[in-house]
Amino acid sequence: MHISPFGPRQEPRQPLSSRPTSSKRRRRLTLASVGALVLSLGLAACGGDDEAEDGKTTLTVATFNEFGYEGLIDEYMKLNPDIKVVQKKLGTWEEHRDNLYTKLAAGSGLSDIEAIEGDGMPAILEEKGAFLDLSDDAVEGRWLDWKVKAGTNADGELIGYGTDIGPEGICYRADLFKKAGLPTDREEVAALFADWDTYFETGKDFVKKMPDTAWYDSSKGTSQAMINQLAYPFEDEDNKVVATSNPEVREVFDTVTSMQSAGLATNLDQWSPDWVAAFQNDGFATMACPGWMLGIIEGNAAGVKGWDIADAFPGGGGNWGGSFLTVPTMGEHQEEAKKLAEWLTAPEQQVKAFDAKFTFPSQVGAQEDPVLLKATQPFFNDAPVGQILSNRAAAVELQPYKGPKYADIITAFQAAILRVDQGQESPDEAWDSFTSDVERIG
Amino acid sequence: MTSQPTTAPAGEVSSSTSPAGPAPAREPLPRETPPRLTLRQRLSRWDVRFSPYLYVSPFFILFLVVGMFPLAYTAYVSVHEWGLIGGKGEYVGLDNYRAIFEDRYFWRAMRNTVSIFLLSSIPQVIIALGVAGLLDTQLRGRTFWRMSVLIPFVVAPAAATLIFGNLFGDRYGLINGGLGLIGIDPIAWHVDTLPSHIAIASMVNWRWTGYNALILLAAMQAVPRDLYESAALDGAGKVRQFLSVTIPMIRPTMIFVVITSTIGGLQIFTEARLFDNVGLGGSDRQWQTVTLYLWELGWRLRDLGMASAVAWLLFLFIVIFALVNLAVSARLGAGGRK
Repeated sequence: MHISPFGPRQEPRQPLSSRPTSSKRRRRLTLASVGALVLSLGLAACGGDDEAEDGKTTLTVATFNEFGYEGLIDEYMKLNPDIKVVQKKLGTWEEHRDNLYTKLAAGSGLSDIEAIEGDGMPAILEEKGAFLDLSDDAVEGRWLDWKVKAGTNADGELIGYGTDIGPEGICYRADLFKKAGLPTDREEVAALFADWDTYFETGKDFVKKMPDTAWYDSSKGTSQAMINQLAYPFEDEDNKVVATSNPEVREVFDTVTSMQSAGLATNLDQWSPDWVAAFQNDGFATMACPGWMLGIIEGNAAGVKGWDIADAFPGGGGNWGGSFLTVPTMGEHQEEAKKLAEWLTAPEQQVKAFDAKFTFPSQVGAQEDPVLLKATQPFFNDAPVGQILSNRAAAVELQPYKGPKYADIITAFQAAILRVDQGQESPDEAWDSFTSDVERIG
Repeated sequence: MTSQPTTAPAGEVSSSTSPAGPAPAREPLPRETPPRLTLRQRLSRWDVRFSPYLYVSPFFILFLVVGMFPLAYTAYVSVHEWGLIGGKGEYVGLDNYRAIFEDRYFWRAMRNTVSIFLLSSIPQVIIALGVAGLLDTQLRGRTFWRMSVLIPFVVAPAAATLIFGNLFGDRYGLINGGLGLIGIDPIAWHVDTLPSHIAIASMVNWRWTGYNALILLAAMQAVPRDLYESAALDGAGKVRQFLSVTIPMIRPTMIFVVITSTIGGLQIFTEARLFDNVGLGGSDRQWQTVTLYLWELGWRLRDLGMASAVAWLLFLFIVIFALVNLAVSARLGAGGRK
C-alpha cells in the first residue's frame, strides 16, 4: 500500500513480442495459485486451536496487577499433568477491564478464567448469561458472607469465586515521622490514625514541620478509602443514582478538597509515573494501605528504608478492592476452568498467594491459618502483617453497596477531585462539573 | 482508511493497446461485414478489455468488504440504541447525533483533535522534508542514515509512550528537571491543555517523521539530476534548488504525505490514551481526542450507538479536512513552479 505511485518516469510499455508466451504464462499462473494456497494454509494455521499439542487441555487465566498465582499454577500443572495453564497478566484493572469488555462484545477471545476487580463486579453481574453459574456444594461457606453476596447476581447465581479482600491499614514512613517529631512506634502511631479528624490534624502538624513532604500519597487514595466507608455512596438499593444528592458524598468531597488546600495531599494522580516516582523522593509520609498495596509499595519504594504499617484505620475499618475469578460461558473448557478456579480460591492456595504478594484471603478458613497469622514482612520493619491485616479485616463493619454504575461514577468523582488538586477548578466548580458528569453517565 | 483510491482509468490502458485498425486508410476498403471472429479471437479481445478490471478488482472487492461494509453498518448502528454487549435496541433516528452535539466533551474533543493535529502534522511534514533533503545528498554511509530515521517507526507505540511518560512527568519528569537546571519553572504537562497537546504531538512526530521522510526521499531520488545542473548553471544555490526544483518536482508525493498525515493526525489514539492511567484524556479532558471520546462512549459507557455516530462525524470531518488540505497543498506546489 505504501509504495509511492508517483514516480515521474514511466516504464516504457513492453513490446508485444516480449510478452510471455502462453506456456510461460501458465507456469506463472500455477506459481501464483501455489502461492495463494500456501498463504491460505498459513492463515488457517494461525487460527488453529490450542488443544492439539501433546493432547493437553490448555486453560488461560487472565489477571491484572499481582495475584500471586505464579507458583500455584506450576503446582496445579504438576497435580494435573493433562492440563496446561497459561496466565495472561495485565498491569492494571482498567486495562484488563477494557480488554475484557471488548472481547465480551465481540463474543470471542476471553480467557477460560477472567479475574474481576471488586468494584467492577456489579457491572459484570448485569451481563446475564455471559458467565457461568459457579454454585457448588464444595464451596459452601468458603468465603465471608459479604464477599459471596458481592459475587452473586440478582438471580442467585454465584458468578465469581472470591480471591482476596483489601482490609486497609495505614502505611507510614517511620523515618519521616521521626524527623517531624512524631512517634514512630507502631502501637503509638496507631492512636494518630484512630479517626479521620485526628489523622488530618496530625497531618497538618506534620506538613508544618516538613513542608517538602505531603501527608498522604494522593487525594484519590484517601477519597477512595472514605467512600468505601459509606453504606450507599453512589447508588441506592434500587440502583437509582444518588451520587450528587447524597450528603455523605459531598462531605467526603469537601473534606478531601479542604485537606488539599491545607497542603496535606501530593496533588499527584494515583498510579501516574510522578506518583510512582514520589515513593523515591520522600513525596509523602502515609497512605491508605490494603493488603495488596504492600507489594506495590515494596516495589515502588525499593531501597527506601523506614516504611511500616500501623494496625489502625481512621473511622474503624475499611475494605479497598479484592477480586473474583469468573468463568465466561464462551470458553471451550468451562468444566475444567471451574475446577481450576475452585482450586485457586481454596483457602490453602490463597494462603500461598498471600505469602507471595500479600493478597489477603477472602476465605474464612484461610484467615485463621497459622501460617498467615505468623507472616511478617522485613520491608515494613518486620511488621506482623498477617496479624495486622487480620485485625483490619475484623474491623470492617460495613460493606458499601456498589451498583452497576459505581465504577464509572467513582472515576468521575476522582477526576473532579484531581481537577481541584491541579488547580484547574475551585471545589464548587469541580462539584458542579461532577454533577453534570454523573447526569451524562445516566 | 483508504478513502482516496487512485482511480486510474483502467479502460484507457486497454483501448490504447487494442489494435484500433490501420489508422489512416489510404484507399477505402470495400464495405463489407467484418469477418466473424473465432472463439479464440473473441476470448483474446475480452482478455484485453476486461482483464485489467479483473486485476484491479481484488482491491475493490476487499475495500467493499472491509471498508464500505463497516462504514454502512456503522451508519446503521448510529441510528439505533445499541449496547456494547446487549446489542441492538430501538431505532432512535438522529437522537445519538443530537446527544453528541449537546455533549460539551465532544466539542472539547474536537478542539483537542484539531490542536494536536496542527501541532503534529505541520512540523512533521516540514521536518520530514528537511530530513529527506539532507538524506538526498552525498552522505557517507547513506543507507545507515536512511534506515536509522525509520527506527522510531518500528518501536511499539505503547512502549514509546511509556518512555515519553517519564520524560513528560509533571514533577519528577526529565524535561522539567532539565528546565529546572536552567531556571525555568516546571511545565504542567498533564494539567495545562497546550503543554499536554505539545507532549502528545511530540510523541506522534517522533514516530512518523522518519517514515514520511523516507517516502519523500524516494520521490526526491527520482528527480532528474540534470535539472539541478541547469539550476546550478543559472546560479541557484542549494536552498534555492531545493525550493524551486525539488519541492515542485515531488509535489504528487507531497500531497500523498500531507493527506496520509492528515488522516493519521485526526485519528490519534494510543498516545493520548496512554498519556495517563485513567485513559479518558485528563481530569478535565484536556487531551481527549475524538477517537478517545468515541472509545469512551463505546467501551466505558458501553453505548455503541453513540460511538458509531461519533465515528461517522469523524469520518465526514476527515474527508472535509483532507479535501481542504488537498486544495491548499496543490496550490502551494503550483505556486512554487514558475
